[in-house]
Amino acid sequence: MSEPPAYIGFEEYSEHIPASIPAAVQQATSRFVSGRAARVAELPEWEQLRQAGSEIRLHTIENMDVYLAQLEEKILSAGGHVHWAQTAEDANRIVLQIAKEHNVKTAVKSKSMATEEIGLNHFLEKENIQIIETDLGEYIIQLAGTGPSHIIVPAVHLKKEEIAAIFSEKLDMNAPADPIELARIAREILREKFLTAEMGISGGNFLVAETGTLVMVTNEGNGRMCTTMPELHVAVVGIDKIIPDWESLTVFLKLLARSATGQKLSTYTQFITGPRHEEGEFGPKEFHLILLDNGRSNILQDPIGREVFKCIRCGACANVCPVYKNVGGFAYGWFISGPIGAILSPQMLGIKTARELPYASTLCGACADVCPVKIPIPTILRHLRRRVAEGDAISLPTIPVPIRAAAGLSSLALAHNWIYRFGALILPTLMSIFKRNGWIPSAPYPLSRWTKSRPLPPFTSHFRRWWKTARPTQGKDSTR
Amino acid sequence: MPKAQLFITCLGDQFYTTTLQNMTHILERLGVDVSFPSEQTCCGQPLFNNGFEEKTRPVALNFLRAFSKSDAPIVAPSGSCVSMVKHHYAELFKEGTPEHALAVDIASRTYEFTEYLVNVLKVTDVGAVYPHKVTYHASCHYLREMGLKTEAKTLLNQVKGLEFVQLKEEETCCGFGGAFTVTYPEVSRSMMENKVKDIVASGADTVVMCEPGCLMNVAGGLHKAGSHIRAMHIIDLLSSQ
Repeated sequence: MSEPPAYIGFEEYSEHIPASIPAAVQQATSRFVSGRAARVAELPEWEQLRQAGSEIRLHTIENMDVYLAQLEEKILSAGGHVHWAQTAEDANRIVLQIAKEHNVKTAVKSKSMATEEIGLNHFLEKENIQIIETDLGEYIIQLAGTGPSHIIVPAVHLKKEEIAAIFSEKLDMNAPADPIELARIAREILREKFLTAEMGISGGNFLVAETGTLVMVTNEGNGRMCTTMPELHVAVVGIDKIIPDWESLTVFLKLLARSATGQKLSTYTQFITGPRHEEGEFGPKEFHLILLDNGRSNILQDPIGREVFKCIRCGACANVCPVYKNVGGFAYGWFISGPIGAILSPQMLGIKTARELPYASTLCGACADVCPVKIPIPTILRHLRRRVAEGDAISLPTIPVPIRAAAGLSSLALAHNWIYRFGALILPTLMSIFKRNGWIPSAPYPLSRWTKSRPLPPFTSHFRRWWKTARPTQGKDSTR
Repeated sequence: MPKAQLFITCLGDQFYTTTLQNMTHILERLGVDVSFPSEQTCCGQPLFNNGFEEKTRPVALNFLRAFSKSDAPIVAPSGSCVSMVKHHYAELFKEGTPEHALAVDIASRTYEFTEYLVNVLKVTDVGAVYPHKVTYHASCHYLREMGLKTEAKTLLNQVKGLEFVQLKEEETCCGFGGAFTVTYPEVSRSMMENKVKDIVASGADTVVMCEPGCLMNVAGGLHKAGSHIRAMHIIDLLSSQ
């Protein structure tokens, strides 16, 4: 994925979903859901951890400027470089400039949502810099030429047979549909790249202000190779990743892997504070951190919407979301999918571009129940729906006029009980012409959108009449 | 004598006359003095949940006025509508206004039907007999917004002859979501079909739930799938003798 989308058509996409996607997604996510549940059950203090995680994040959101300044100071004194990128373009240009200064021809990259957000791969390729994804899932989707469809498992929508077909086609070989063999093929190719690349690019899970430390949580070891083998390491990280100190970090490390993959801790947890300080030490000679704003400071002004930045990118909300599990990640139209995508993209891209996303939820609340930092996702969805429907300080209403008019009319009818009661009186008769064998199999618009999937029960509404006239005598004196 | 004002909900009013009659009978049999404020319409949740907060306000005011004529508890056959009144009405009005105070008062005495039976009246056996294999779908707002995790099952447990079978993914949304069914009909249908598949696989001959909206969706889905499994509101099951 390169340029941010001009419009996200969730409905249109949802009408043409290949059947293989929900099948693959449901299989993978159910494994994460049960893994998470098992880990959570082992920790009696889970709810206190969530509460602490939520409070630390809120505190950091409110004091972000202070912590970012502290972080910069610490990184500089550790010998690193810090760059501030106001926009995605700025971030891309800074990476390019660093690459050019070091004559970089090939870069190896570990998995990062921030670089997906800014479309870094596409940008560098246009500048003739080869950029290689080294996380297995990212490597697969890079070969396939698509974006990620899940926060932590970017190729979750693909079955092993499909992955073998992609390898066979793109790598010009006969790849078997065997996960171990596919991983071996990728490792062999990637090892060569790790040894020759002049630059390593990463994202980051947390930035610890106290010491200026970049924290990376990974499972495949590729992140460690990207950040230690090349002499140059560039990390692109959103400003929302900042946390105050190491004590806070312990809370998030306990929450993250358990929520994400059902692990107690991920295989690798890396702490990077500046470049290597002397020969013989591990790590690159130069370390650059690009702090990405890209609209974040504006969203931070909105007291309801900004809670989206509590997110630690575990993907638990997507794993339990029945909508996500039936549509897959691509329906959300940008680098981030699932419930968190539905509340982040409309804020980052503007509500006009992503106005369908806040409605891509039944408000069932399963996401908020599992969120390790207690993001009130349904509340933010409603908040953004309000922005779409009625407009607020950030945007004028963008909902189609006929829907607004219909909402106005129903508000009028529901606020005046005589209009409502008149409607209830005539509806059964009106709708009875559509009745067949005790059901309404096909109704006029907009109810036709209901009946295309299942019949509607017949309108009965005799209760009011029954209460007045036919109810057995007991309690009748309390009729009003 | 305990009192209750019936909050019949708009879906109940339009589609579930029998359920509302059964609700009245059960409450009266338990010695509750039941009243019905006929000025009530809808709680306004469809507008509220779709972003029309301004347009919800007059609807909420109509509700508050209708139910403020008595100080009796308010009881509804829906956890979702009750949650709207209980958790969202107060945020519609400015703190310190009489409307806000009224919303807080009404919220504090509004109950979902099973909640009212089990937690207020302290009744778990309503004398129902239903010799069938029954499974249960936990509706989202009933379960997560209202936090009603045990009430329905406590009541089902006391029904004579009832054999309870567990539903796989009992707590997963059925795809109703109000306007969601018409906004994204394809997604709603896939979710509903998953739910129907699990209900059929449970081996039950009846599926029961506490929400008119989910009931419309699941019953319609079962009918469309050609299944003979009965989808019932818990109130109708509890009034089987």
